[in-house]
Amino acid sequence: MYNYTDFDHDFVRARVDQFRGQVARRVDGALSEDEFRPLRLMNGLYLQLHAYMLRVAIPYGTLNGRQMRQLAYIAERWDRGYGHFTTRQNIQFNWPRLRDVPDILDALADVQMHAIQTSGNCIRNVTADHFAGAAADEVEDPRPTAELLRQWSTDHPEFQFLPRKFKIAVSGAPTDRAVVRSHDIGLYLRRNDAGEAGYEVVIGGGLGRTPMVGKTVRDFVPKPDLLPYLEAILQVYNLSGRRDNKYKARLKILVHETGLDALRDQIEAAFIVQKAQFSGVNAQLLAEIEASFAPPSFNNTRSQVLEAALQSDPVLRAFVDTNVAPHKNPAYGIVTVSLKAIGQTPGDATAKQMRLLADLAETYGHDELRISHEQNVILPHIRRSDIPAVHARLKAAGLATANIGLISDIIACPGMDYCALATARSIPVAQAIATRFDELRLEREIGPIKIKISGCINACGHHHVGHIGILGLDRAGVENYQITLGGDAGRDMAVGERAGPGFGYDALVPALERLLDAYMAARESPAESFIETYRRLGAAPFKAALYPAEARNAA
Amino acid sequence: MAKPFSPQVVTANDLLDGDAVWLTAAGTWALNASAALVLDTAQDAARALAAATAQQGKVVGPYLADVSLDAGRPVATHTREALRMRGPSNYFHGKQESAENV
Repeated sequence: MYNYTDFDHDFVRARVDQFRGQVARRVDGALSEDEFRPLRLMNGLYLQLHAYMLRVAIPYGTLNGRQMRQLAYIAERWDRGYGHFTTRQNIQFNWPRLRDVPDILDALADVQMHAIQTSGNCIRNVTADHFAGAAADEVEDPRPTAELLRQWSTDHPEFQFLPRKFKIAVSGAPTDRAVVRSHDIGLYLRRNDAGEAGYEVVIGGGLGRTPMVGKTVRDFVPKPDLLPYLEAILQVYNLSGRRDNKYKARLKILVHETGLDALRDQIEAAFIVQKAQFSGVNAQLLAEIEASFAPPSFNNTRSQVLEAALQSDPVLRAFVDTNVAPHKNPAYGIVTVSLKAIGQTPGDATAKQMRLLADLAETYGHDELRISHEQNVILPHIRRSDIPAVHARLKAAGLATANIGLISDIIACPGMDYCALATARSIPVAQAIATRFDELRLEREIGPIKIKISGCINACGHHHVGHIGILGLDRAGVENYQITLGGDAGRDMAVGERAGPGFGYDALVPALERLLDAYMAARESPAESFIETYRRLGAAPFKAALYPAEARNAA
Repeated sequence: MAKPFSPQVVTANDLLDGDAVWLTAAGTWALNASAALVLDTAQDAARALAAATAQQGKVVGPYLADVSLDAGRPVATHTREALRMRGPSNYFHGKQESAENV
């Protein structure tokens, strides 16, 4: 993993000291709220419905045991004993008090963490494939690139006042696990025909009120050219992105209104100028960062411990079936720890659970952890022979839910239970869906499916790219939920189609039951997943299941 | 025809704790919405909001929220305000933890 240099340490600590002074001046009245607000947002501090909320970056979703332990400490010392992992590889604390926040930021700095640029119209926390450095299908670890981008974008003087927030994601594998095409800039690490390393660069993706699938602006940017190329994109956006209308200010709108080809010409022109100004120090820096992400020293001895345990333990078998993914080293597995126990809040972990995860990473996992945009925690390097022991300890802590990729593995934003922007609750909807399909014992029968829930049009819960997306809206003060169908978060990202009128809070789960009954009746075999059946048949049979009265009237 | 005026209260968040608070008749801030001053006319509402906005050292973001009245006590007409009066629905945290705040 990357370790802070003296420069990083000094920079982060100086920001904490500045913020400590800013908080003191707000409390004693020297700063008005209008003056203070942008300062607190620069440090990840929001004001929500019941309390402040501190959003802490987990750059590219990677952390070690010590960092996870510190998050647990912060949760207990200054919050309510838990944290909420988000779809942008951040952790949010829902109950900090204003006066404590500088101390929390100091505690984060102690373990090389911060909350800088987790808000505001700047380049946000750079996200990456949560299986980075471990996935069997990985071409190259995306994290050195993401770390380079973190350093480049942090306090970048030209890009602190962009038209709107700006999100970047990096993937180093053919399977896109990072929803790359939903970002302002998405990067796929690849090699060209000559075998040189570089990136396919995607721009103008986004979710929110105007969902757009990112478009490839350049097939191949050689590695040393990455920063000048991104500077060129940002420069064009900074100058031409709309500032007259907040809802049209993202890069996706500029791409849409200008056209990809015309915008590409502008970017390429800016790139020529930028490239001449880069000295090559960026390539040298990337090489140094790459060295710090050297793989751990794997123990390659194979054993039959796991295979033997699987024979006798059906619970372990179910867990391995859903929660363990192939590792690049055949003696290892990638273990996803579900933060979606049936009836629990998606993405929440208690301090005790965080400490157990830190213990497991340190004991069995080369001291590495990842946070996924799907709001789960990953132990990326677990020897297959250690999986039974890891599973036993997870089980004892209520963390062994075997549901990754199934109907209860739901993405849900905090929604109106916490968020000041939300128009409806998300969390209780996720809890109700998971609980209902568990009661029906249908989870495994239904098989792989992605349900994603957002409590407002801003789409933090990625509802547009859910196989089933749920969007909570406000209708005259009452919650109402729209269903979209057929979204896809993968490399062939697709935006779901709205099924029809929304459902009231109490009508939503019964509607989903009808929808999934229709799927199970229509699939060619249990091996055909929900999304495959949807693609084969289109929306009509699913709409008929959602709106039986309308279907009858039409008949 | 103009919409009839719905009773309103002034609400904000406490500067130090961030908790939802309501303006009382005494010009102080209460954690319990039932202690809120109910405003019956648009003029009263505008005046109360202006007074609240001047209290920058105590609260953040004051605004007017519609209420209905139940035996003289304000009740939320919007789910969002109901949640602010009670706390989140997934944990027994926030106001609902203390009987005197709900």
